[in-house]
Amino acid sequence: MAYIDVEDGLPGITGLLEYRLDSAKPIRELTQILLRGASSLNEGERELIAALVSHKNECVFCSSAHTAAANLLTGDSGISAAIKEDIDSAPISAKMKALLKIASKVQESGLSVTEDDVEKARKKGATDKEIHDTVLITGLFCLYNRYVDGLNTWTPENPKYYKSLARRIGPKGYLRPPNGYEGKKYYKEED
Amino acid sequence: MAYISLPEDLPGIRGLMNYRPETAQPLNQLVDVLLQKPSSLGKGERELIASYVSSLNKCKYCSNTHGAVAKHHLGDGEIVEQVKANNIDTASVSSKVKALLNIAGKVQRSGRSVTEKDIEKARKEGATDKELHDTVLIAASFCMFNRYVDGLGTSAPDDPEVYDQIGAYRAENGYQAPNNEIK
Repeated sequence: MAYIDVEDGLPGITGLLEYRLDSAKPIRELTQILLRGASSLNEGERELIAALVSHKNECVFCSSAHTAAANLLTGDSGISAAIKEDIDSAPISAKMKALLKIASKVQESGLSVTEDDVEKARKKGATDKEIHDTVLITGLFCLYNRYVDGLNTWTPENPKYYKSLARRIGPKGYLRPPNGYEGKKYYKEED
Repeated sequence: MAYISLPEDLPGIRGLMNYRPETAQPLNQLVDVLLQKPSSLGKGERELIASYVSSLNKCKYCSNTHGAVAKHHLGDGEIVEQVKANNIDTASVSSKVKALLNIAGKVQRSGRSVTEKDIEKARKEGATDKELHDTVLIAASFCMFNRYVDGLGTSAPDDPEVYDQIGAYRAENGYQAPNNEIK
């Protein structure tokens, strides 16, 4: 059970974002810009960064949600599984490998990233903006993962939930629907 | 020098915010909501959480900046130094703030480190749900800001006077005011 009184029936980040709407708004907007805004990294690639960082932070809710979103958007569930095992042998571009390595460093600490890590990514074609966004997406998920687990929110165990969540955040993104969410109707075991 | 080309030679997060104004906007809004808006935690107390987490993350720019903002709100630099040195137990802050700083320190390591017992302890000292929520979110937010600032290799001034100026300016004007007015 969550450490604070969030609405029943709203799991993980959803309950927290409904708990305080004025802090939720910029968090949602930032996520929408970084994961769904115009970018030379496609949406699947950006969800892979979110999934990897959340996995490394052992945040089961975020890792399950963004793995499901990455699977949907890349159309290949093998990729998200492979990057968690070994970035070098994963079926992704050399540029993505270099960016995921930077993300892995940032997950530990910003101070772990070296000039050499960045040079490598650049040699594989990464632009300044791609490097910037990789670091900021990683930073953002270090926020989310701590927020979700630090307040001990509900993590549904049914994998179907994360698939249905991915079908929503995949095409619709991260902004709040006009009427928010209703705990009683939100979570369906059979989704 | 930063790892990416920043338009002007501004230190810390300021160069990054100039580089990408679209993401700067919600980032500034978030920090303004958490650190400046009215709350049962004082502005100085919230800045202490930000400075504490940043010092645990060894982020020189953020730790010094938010330490300076805290100093201006509290009118006391000694507390800030105690907190930045991780001497929470002996710092001149309330038992409630000590318990909240303890939770913030756990969040800095991992969200999973926070226990029911940590929460109970803070509650016994009078912490409310909203204060617990905000403490965790401030700590988590600075785990983002610190990684952003250091992960892109931005510079951090050495001169304490620079941070003092930034601290006075932010304490007075908040985080939505333009960032180009501090020399």
